[in-house]
Amino acid sequence: MSSYLMPVLEMAAPTLEWRALAPVLLVFAAACLGILLEAVLPRRLRFVAQTTLVIAAGVASLAFLVINWRAGYAGRLAMGSIMLDGPTYFAWGALLVFGVLAFMVFAERSLNGGATTFAASAASVPGSADEAESSAARHEHTEVFPLGLFALTGMMVFASASDLLTLFVALEVFSLPLYLLSGMARRRRLLSQEAALKYFLLGAFSSAFMLFGIAMLYVFSGSFDLRVIHAAVGGATTGPGLIFIGLTFIAIGLLFKTGVVPFHNWTPDVYMGAPTPVTGFMAICTKFAAVVALMRVFFVALDGMRWTWQPIFAVLAIATMVVGVIGALTQTDIKRLLAYSSIAHAGFVLTAIVGANQQVVAGQATSASSVFFYLAAYGFATIGAFAIVTLVRNPAGEDNTLAGWSGLASKNPWVAALFALFMLSFAGIPLTGGFIGKWAVFTSAWQGGYWWLVIVAVLFSLVAAYFYLRVVVVMFVGEPAPTTFVGRASAWTWIPIIIGVVGTLWLGLLPDSVMQLAAFAGGFLR
Amino acid sequence: MNPENYLILAALLFSIGSIGVLVRRNALVAFMCVELMLNACNLALVAGSQITGGLNGQVASFFVMVVAAAEVVVGLAIIVSIYKTRRSTSVDDANLLKL
Repeated sequence: MSSYLMPVLEMAAPTLEWRALAPVLLVFAAACLGILLEAVLPRRLRFVAQTTLVIAAGVASLAFLVINWRAGYAGRLAMGSIMLDGPTYFAWGALLVFGVLAFMVFAERSLNGGATTFAASAASVPGSADEAESSAARHEHTEVFPLGLFALTGMMVFASASDLLTLFVALEVFSLPLYLLSGMARRRRLLSQEAALKYFLLGAFSSAFMLFGIAMLYVFSGSFDLRVIHAAVGGATTGPGLIFIGLTFIAIGLLFKTGVVPFHNWTPDVYMGAPTPVTGFMAICTKFAAVVALMRVFFVALDGMRWTWQPIFAVLAIATMVVGVIGALTQTDIKRLLAYSSIAHAGFVLTAIVGANQQVVAGQATSASSVFFYLAAYGFATIGAFAIVTLVRNPAGEDNTLAGWSGLASKNPWVAALFALFMLSFAGIPLTGGFIGKWAVFTSAWQGGYWWLVIVAVLFSLVAAYFYLRVVVVMFVGEPAPTTFVGRASAWTWIPIIIGVVGTLWLGLLPDSVMQLAAFAGGFLR
Repeated sequence: MNPENYLILAALLFSIGSIGVLVRRNALVAFMCVELMLNACNLALVAGSQITGGLNGQVASFFVMVVAAAEVVVGLAIIVSIYKTRRSTSVDDANLLKL
């Protein structure tokens, strides 16, 4: 009995590297402060206070990130539970930029006649007197901003977790607010609630799988630390069954969040049902965080098992591209189409992860750096595309049907042209960021010896170009739909769209600067 | 008793939970099955702690309990709001989102 008590007595207070962790801590503090503001401020002041807080926290956190990077902070933080290395810097920077841009779209109030796209009172029954009353009183849920910041905190920790327990807790910290945000749409509330239920049940199911995988790896190695697990896998003599179960189940949890087939089923429903600004946030930030965490777990901890997981991931990558591309061909709803497109993109990203090219050589991209570039290009296009989806409306609200988008160019050529640019970037047409990104990930897979995977991926990106171009053709050539119009939005929507356009063109025309940043971020520390 | 038997028990509980999620149509019951899966993980973690002779697994199980509690808060809120709207918690009735 005494042997169990001893370590408790020796337990020292944990030390935190406040300065190095400042980017995460600032976002977290802002989220907590946001909750406090909800409690103390009168309703009319909340919106201004929350939006100011979000922007201020994002900018301050980015500033700290850049200063820390310049000062060369790196290494294991918070008692070894967070790893601050190149990928962490890149992921934190990208998550902050894309997260804050997505939150700006949350704040749009011009499109809905002075209200945000979130329900006036999410607890009221759709169609009830309660709902009408809170709508008439112009109530709004400004809690969406703290919820978003909590999700962002979780994603930042998720992308940098260097032990599996932190990974699991971070997964839940970013998932729980997203479940709630998915269910808070102002219009089509039944769909929104249904999306929240599906996302929640499937998300909880997959995170339980991941936790069981974590438990198995813990039983195998005696630690949650990725470094210790790496050492244990390297010198494995017993218990291969435990590693296989652990590897498989952790992969299920991570691939679910990434949206890889066969764990992709939630994506179209949730993307369609959730409020569009939330969909934009999920589409890039969840994917970014999950891909980085996937790479970290499999490159750092389970590197010794790569001959086992590389072929499996290769097959999954092909299945993902097939399902994403074929699924998108038949969609008639623009948000579902973008959801299938995000599944296809997960497949393209997975090809680089299969390549598992980790040699950090000057002037050569590793798998991680090509994935980072790809996701940066995908992120700018995604943020812009979902912001434009909020603009296209009919008298009932957003018009997401492809039929409604028909002939959009004759109503507003600028919006149609910008959306076409994002579609071209998704399709990987030269002069856009998407092209360079595809080039980078396919090169990575080729260098890893998976030339046949690259050939399949190139073929499917050609097929994918078809449905992206179909949207462009519908917008420019189709008969104008009678009831659809382009809403007049404020700067809250237009700034993300313009930054998305600038980012997409910048990554396409002058990719070198971001390529160098990504190359710097190419190596995971162990 | 050999602590490895607890791992087998944990795996059994986990399987029961996951089969429950797949076959039960009531969202509340499906959610309870998820909780069973999480508790199976807790058992595996504590058993692992015995097997490997560290305390990490036992501490981790507390984290899992807290996470499970937070999940209940969010999950029940979502299920209750669905129930108030539709007077049903069957996952088969939640079928509006389609192609």
